[in-house]
Amino acid sequence: MTDWPILSTVTFLPLVGVLLLLFTRDDGPNGRRNILNISLATTVFTFIVSLFVWIWFDNANPGFQMVEKHEWLTSGISYHMGVDGISMLFVILSTFLMPFCVLASWLSVEKRLKDYMIAFLVLETMMIGVFVSLDIVLFYVFFEAGLIPMFLIIGVWGGKDRVYASYKFFLYTLLGSVLMLLAIMAMYWQAGSTDITTLLAYKFPPQMQTWLWLAFFASFAVKMPMWPVHTWLPDAHVQAPTAGSVILAGVLLKLGGYGLIRFSLGMFPNASEYFAPLVFALSVIAIIYTSLVALMQEDIKKLIAYSSVAHMGYVTMGIFAANQQGVQGAIFQMLSHGIVSGALFLCVGVIYDRTHTREIAAYGGLVNNMPKYAVAMMVFTMANVGLPGTSGFIGEFLTLIGVFRANTWVALFAATGVILSAAYALWLYRRVIFGALEKENLKKLLDLSPREQLILYPLIALTILFGVYPAPIFDATAASVDLLVNNYTAALHAAQNVALSMN
Amino acid sequence: MTADTILASLHLSIPELILAVGALALLMIGVFSGERSGPTVTGLAIAVLAVAGLWIIFVPGEGLAYGGAYLADGFSRFMKIVALVGSIVAMFMSMGQAREQQLDRFEFPVLLLLATLGILLMISAHDLISLYLSLELQSLALYVVAAINRDSLKSTEAGLKYFVLGALSSGMLLYGMSLVYGFTGHTTFDAIATALSAETRSLGLVFGLVFVLAGLAFKISAVPFHMWTPDVYEGAPTPVTAFFAGAPKVAAMAILTRIVVTAFHPVLADWQQIIVFISIASMVLGAFAAIGQRNFKRLMAYSSIGHMGYALVGLAAGTKTGVSGVMLYMVIYMVMTLGVFAIIMAMRRKDGRQVETIEDLAGLSATNPFMAVVLTALMFSLAGIPPLAGFFGKYFVFVAAIQAHLYALAVIGVLSSVVGAYYYLRVIKVMWFDEAKDEFTRTAGSLRLVFGLSGLFVITYVFFGGAIGGAADLAAATLF
Repeated sequence: MTDWPILSTVTFLPLVGVLLLLFTRDDGPNGRRNILNISLATTVFTFIVSLFVWIWFDNANPGFQMVEKHEWLTSGISYHMGVDGISMLFVILSTFLMPFCVLASWLSVEKRLKDYMIAFLVLETMMIGVFVSLDIVLFYVFFEAGLIPMFLIIGVWGGKDRVYASYKFFLYTLLGSVLMLLAIMAMYWQAGSTDITTLLAYKFPPQMQTWLWLAFFASFAVKMPMWPVHTWLPDAHVQAPTAGSVILAGVLLKLGGYGLIRFSLGMFPNASEYFAPLVFALSVIAIIYTSLVALMQEDIKKLIAYSSVAHMGYVTMGIFAANQQGVQGAIFQMLSHGIVSGALFLCVGVIYDRTHTREIAAYGGLVNNMPKYAVAMMVFTMANVGLPGTSGFIGEFLTLIGVFRANTWVALFAATGVILSAAYALWLYRRVIFGALEKENLKKLLDLSPREQLILYPLIALTILFGVYPAPIFDATAASVDLLVNNYTAALHAAQNVALSMN
Repeated sequence: MTADTILASLHLSIPELILAVGALALLMIGVFSGERSGPTVTGLAIAVLAVAGLWIIFVPGEGLAYGGAYLADGFSRFMKIVALVGSIVAMFMSMGQAREQQLDRFEFPVLLLLATLGILLMISAHDLISLYLSLELQSLALYVVAAINRDSLKSTEAGLKYFVLGALSSGMLLYGMSLVYGFTGHTTFDAIATALSAETRSLGLVFGLVFVLAGLAFKISAVPFHMWTPDVYEGAPTPVTAFFAGAPKVAAMAILTRIVVTAFHPVLADWQQIIVFISIASMVLGAFAAIGQRNFKRLMAYSSIGHMGYALVGLAAGTKTGVSGVMLYMVIYMVMTLGVFAIIMAMRRKDGRQVETIEDLAGLSATNPFMAVVLTALMFSLAGIPPLAGFFGKYFVFVAAIQAHLYALAVIGVLSSVVGAYYYLRVIKVMWFDEAKDEFTRTAGSLRLVFGLSGLFVITYVFFGGAIGGAADLAAATLF
């Protein structure tokens, strides 16, 4: 380990790419190739550098590592960065998915490629920044700033109803976040610091915790998204370009889950325990209801979007089970979902680029002329269902164990979601891939191009690798999750003792 | 008053003297060199303002002058510099535009110079009488300037409206002052504060307080005294509107802050509820009324109403943090507004036609990417989205409100900022999502400089904002 500020480097490296892009020209095939090459090189290089974060990461240390701290804005806010077992892998996930986004946009983005890539690289900086911030205002700055590029990505390069979808995305998320901002200010006033490490150690009065928890929940529940504030997600997904959907499903949704673990669970244990039944109820409704809604979708992307909401239900459930398995499972589920749902959107992108429709009914029998595609799609569909041997299984299974320990009934209802997910996912697969190849326009479709193979095969490998050998992930998260869960139970015991001594 | 005290007083008020003498001298130059002297006089006026500004920056001098009517302190220094920057930039922008807006008369810069003189005196006012006189000096100059394009129906209407409503508000202010004087027996702010803390406050004083605040709320165009703003913003020539939106607002906010936290500090509970109400009403009206606007200048008028509401959130707290937040907010707000108005002035078709509806920006990101990026940054900043400057302005005023336990105010404030985000997004949507219409003609270099700097400011605020915040903190401390 060196003193090199690795986290700042990873966070702001994409902006270097933005600077380079500013000097390119947008017109002509040469300009286009330059833009793509610069973007790809930047994202790949960022990913490689970010791997050093994992390599230098000390699994045994539950605290924050690779910490950087500087004075900022002379007002109590600091530029404080660091990672622990909970946040580290999300950084890797963000940097990992970006090269795929660039590759997925290789041909499909026809207009204003330069602006598009700039928006994506700025978005990458903001996403990484959220995970590595150790100052709550800095966190908020990154958290909100990510809205700007995503708004433009959906609005400029999106589908037919892109304006509606981008507004809905922006305003929904902003509405949740401003309440969180007030809570952040209240915490600053109460604890006298905006430093996350200080706030994690600070014991907020239980009465205040309730309000703070609700304010944070307003933001993260929208971001996750949880039922009933999930309605922006299907719209945003359907309208966003492929790469936008990948980032939205792969990383942006995880900001909510990360926030719930870091802030709600870590800083407001009493309120978290108090509200856990509410979260369980919302999660179970999300799992069952949105799975049923997914069954009825005509649009492939919308179906995957609803399935994302259902899968995020497992995450919230696992987090608020607040035990080792639940939280570990939630983190794993988020990482796995990041890869799998990202891959599914990439799969949709593959056929959308060829036919320019996302209607399920417009497809059928693709296995006949696109066998490689059928295999890839199958692996991700199975992972989405949670088939043992894929990464999707481990996350769902662990969260279910975790929640079973906390509340058997919740586990029972949530487990029905596994069956429902099999129903919609397999049905989708059957309608798109199997059947007779009858439609004329489908007959001349070509199988995966080398570029598309390059995109999908690594993801297949990872999905299966983490399905059979999840240890690297658990090794990294275990210590920090242990610390979090222990602090949580200690806080609850303390509250109980106070209550007993009052009587 | 001895010769010594007079000399000391004169020394403290040299920046104002520079402006006063400068304005008179420029008037002479204008008169003697005739109609065509407009550009020269404008250039000289900017030079005079710059000299006054440099004097304030480099020659420190603090203390009371003219028997307590005038106060130079850290707070006034900070606000004066901000106001002068606003004046200089607005005048600089008017130079390229002067001819077709009929602003090329030499009276225009002279009037703006006199208005700026009023603004500086107002920021330094430490007595009800000097406050009133400086406010009138500023207002009378601005009434004329609003109607300066006398061949335009809209401009004359704007000037008349501004004058009638302004006269009404001056009347209220004066009536309130007389009540305050009647019930405390003093006109200087210190003495009022001492008198108020010595005895229990009377009902009559509360009446006086309400009228004084109403008169000042008119000047910052806070609800319910905002009615003139949209019409004046739309009707007045754009360079004049740019001036209105900057320096006078800064000055009015400065004097409002000074009067409530020094003179009326003992009756904090009384004025706090008034400010809270004005603030909430401004934020909510600014957010909802702007939704239906199609004219960019009108939109900015409602936006400014809303922003005054946000600034008042900090003032409502009545604490040092709050005042520092207000000052910072005014700096950031002024920079953003000047940038937006520079862009509005640059909205000129190839055939020389000036356009000002939002739809005219359609497809700007394709036809003029630089302007589009700057305007996008400014709009997101006005909406208060981090990491842009506008977010930090809002952050510090809301922190102050939370510290003062004004939770309802804070919650309504942030919720209305979400509503406000909607119409800022609409501008961005038109620029980025819509298909391009006609292109604009080449932008004048001076305008490009102004909005370029403004965009640079809001984007890079995260790096140097601490310095401005620190200066505002120091300046705010002098009031407490």
